[in-house]
Amino acid sequence: MPDSPTRLREITIADLPALARGCAVLGTGGGGEVESGTLIALSALQKHGPVPLVTLDELPDDGLVLPLGGIGAPTVGHEMIHGVHEAYLMREAMEEALGATAVAVMSSEIGGGNGVVPVALAAQLGLPLVDGDEMGRAFPEVQMVSTNIAGLPIEIIGLVDVIGNVTILRPTDWEWAETISRMVSVAGGSYALMADNVISAKRMRGAIIEGTVSQAIRIGRVTEGAADPVAALMGELGAARLITGKVVEVERRTGGGFVRGSVVIDGLGEDANRIVRLEIQNENLVAFEDGAVLASVPDLITVVDMHTAGAIATELVRYGQRVSVLAWACDPLWRTPRGLEVVGPRAFGYDLDYVPVEEAAHAFI
Amino acid sequence: MPSSNQSNDLRIGIDVGGTNTDAVVLNADDQVVAWTKQPTTDDVTGGMRAALAAVLAGIDDPSRVGRVMLGTTAATNAIVERRRLGRVAVIRIGAPATTAVPPLTAWPDDLRAAISAGELLARGGYLIDGRRIAPTDIDEIRRFLESVAGKADAVAVTGVFSPVVHDEERKVGELVREVLGDSVALSLSHEIGQIGLLERENSTVLNAALHGVARDVTGALSQVLSERGMQPATFFAQNDGTLMAMEYASRYPVLTIGSGPANSIRGAAVLSGVQDAIVADVGGTTTDFGVLIKGLPRESTAPVRIGGVATNFRMPDVISIGLGGGTLVSDDGESVGPQSVGHRLGTSALIFGGSIPTLSDAGVHDGRATFGSNVIGVEYAERLARGLAVADAMFGDAVDVMSLGKSERPLVVVGGGAFLVPDSVPGASAVIRPDHADVANAVGAAIALASGRWDAIVPDGLGRRDAIDRACDMAKQRAVQAGADPNAVEIVELVEIPLSYLSEPAIRVNVKAAGPLSWI
Repeated sequence: MPDSPTRLREITIADLPALARGCAVLGTGGGGEVESGTLIALSALQKHGPVPLVTLDELPDDGLVLPLGGIGAPTVGHEMIHGVHEAYLMREAMEEALGATAVAVMSSEIGGGNGVVPVALAAQLGLPLVDGDEMGRAFPEVQMVSTNIAGLPIEIIGLVDVIGNVTILRPTDWEWAETISRMVSVAGGSYALMADNVISAKRMRGAIIEGTVSQAIRIGRVTEGAADPVAALMGELGAARLITGKVVEVERRTGGGFVRGSVVIDGLGEDANRIVRLEIQNENLVAFEDGAVLASVPDLITVVDMHTAGAIATELVRYGQRVSVLAWACDPLWRTPRGLEVVGPRAFGYDLDYVPVEEAAHAFI
Repeated sequence: MPSSNQSNDLRIGIDVGGTNTDAVVLNADDQVVAWTKQPTTDDVTGGMRAALAAVLAGIDDPSRVGRVMLGTTAATNAIVERRRLGRVAVIRIGAPATTAVPPLTAWPDDLRAAISAGELLARGGYLIDGRRIAPTDIDEIRRFLESVAGKADAVAVTGVFSPVVHDEERKVGELVREVLGDSVALSLSHEIGQIGLLERENSTVLNAALHGVARDVTGALSQVLSERGMQPATFFAQNDGTLMAMEYASRYPVLTIGSGPANSIRGAAVLSGVQDAIVADVGGTTTDFGVLIKGLPRESTAPVRIGGVATNFRMPDVISIGLGGGTLVSDDGESVGPQSVGHRLGTSALIFGGSIPTLSDAGVHDGRATFGSNVIGVEYAERLARGLAVADAMFGDAVDVMSLGKSERPLVVVGGGAFLVPDSVPGASAVIRPDHADVANAVGAAIALASGRWDAIVPDGLGRRDAIDRACDMAKQRAVQAGADPNAVEIVELVEIPLSYLSEPAIRVNVKAAGPLSWI
């Protein structure tokens, strides 16, 4: 990636609010709240100073990249905040297991709180942060990462809980990686720091979604002081506006560890007499109108306040809110056959074929 | 008034605001018997004394006053102005967890300097299922307490997952008493807030810092009452529109923050005699909308910041729109506000001989009220009519947002600009305009409900019912502590939120109980 004069080279305290807003938008309604993560990052930057932002090309070939994120229940993470020991224990365990030196931290999931916390982990370890992640959004499970879709085998997973227990997994495949990681995180109090597939910078190249940290910061900045924040956000994302309207129905239920449900939006103004229904499993997954799909996972669907363009998490959607529903294209990696097998509509139990949002919702772009 | 000669049948509500100290006397039927507006004084006592004297002059026998209820912004002002705050020793128990965000991170520097007498992050705390993170490091906590002796006025203790398991905070509370004695105030986080460590910790520290302020206000009220030879039961209004007994308020002074808007909503409802309503307070520049459900203000789900600090208090759900008596009407009448002539209404508006068309002009022109000294020229007619239609649509829209789709509730309108609201608003079953609406805050303070809240994580499945029942019992216990009649307290709100990514399905329940004050 050629350097442009405006490219962000480091993350400072002043960038955190924009980063948090952007990560919330990329969270597609899930990914956990960003507020505690922002405080964790603030505390770390106050102590250690700004974090350099790098591309994989800038890292030594054989240096290890640590893709980090929290695994477990967001509610628990809101109470049982990370300890500063976790990142150090993770680096030590990974360097020892793999016989190489860690050279950078990366967010495994840019959407939600997991997009913000790695800034703190990089600061604590004195390492740069990679401008990229393994999802470009939020997804609920361990195997739903770009390195999997790119064909890399899962070789090693690290988990460190708040107590200080360190677990190294050598799973046989990505599905076992999800199953065992989940059980280990539960044993440690339903929340843990996780490194999924720690590999060298060289092998990581081409297998991640680049530029998502600076994208999140741009998203957070573009709505600041904009006359029409939603239009500004759509411009930055290249998003379609599926509907602007009022939330008239919210239904939630638990099942299989997920909060599932649906939200119905009744159109206002130009959208009067239209009704859009969102299907939710932690994240916003499918948008329907009159039984037809307007957008579906892995494309991104985010509900924003129609005036401020602030993202509204699925658990905070309430009757009466005036919202715009935006949808935009996911990274091309997710649209490959392997990508759709892992995160397409059928992977979440919806019996429908994936249609790219720019076709399904062409009328609203 | 059949019971007019019964003793203790009257109650007084006092609202100490930034500008005015209002007082009302209500009878057993919630009717306003006397009312007054007096300037608030710097020492608070003066304004309270004057307001009390004025309303007592309106009744025959002060001994008929059985209860006095006080709504005050003293706690909010103390935090915002960084005045009269106590020095707090801050203890968090949970290391090695939570060390990524030390206590008081992101507090404004001056507030932290005014409040903190030292901070400790000790080993201990619980996991969500009640297992230990680490054994409580009692020696470390004891050494810290010894180091703050003589410097701290209060101690705030916050343990990880203490809303699930309280034992550790209680044990540390006993240690505080052992080392520092009874002269320091003590705040335990599980008594203050819910799950969400940093917000609960902040709330607990603010609560600890406010004990002195609570003592001052309590002292001022006791003084003016004893000067009059009165010995009524005294209560403070809290942020959910209910009351707490003086003793409870002195332990949880932070709960008085936000009582102003709650009192306004409650008061409007009491004056109009309804339990479920949407309330609109129409001022000169803005209109505030709130919702009353079963006699209590509906609470907001948004987090609340106080003095620059994130807390987990629940405040009344209020939305504000830029419509009021002084709101400007545009040249073509197609848009109104948010600009307003504000306090210059009496000189700027057309009806007062000015040259600026306002919503008051539009309302008078439409015949919704008759006041002012000048006749409006015909050249303004079309523009004012159009502007009023735009304003009506904005009122209707706000009512719809607040109604949550239930259109059977009436709209109660109070405030100087109440006449602007039309007699029929879509989404409201009726429009009610009560008397004495300009002292609604004081009326709202003089209410007769006390409440308690409890928050817990319970399993979804076997044991769910029992766990919810226990949470309900805890909420009722808290309501009784706050002054509610144990025989009449009931659950007024039960919210269940499913939690994601837990091994066993679980639900977070938030329960609120309320009941009439027990008779003294």
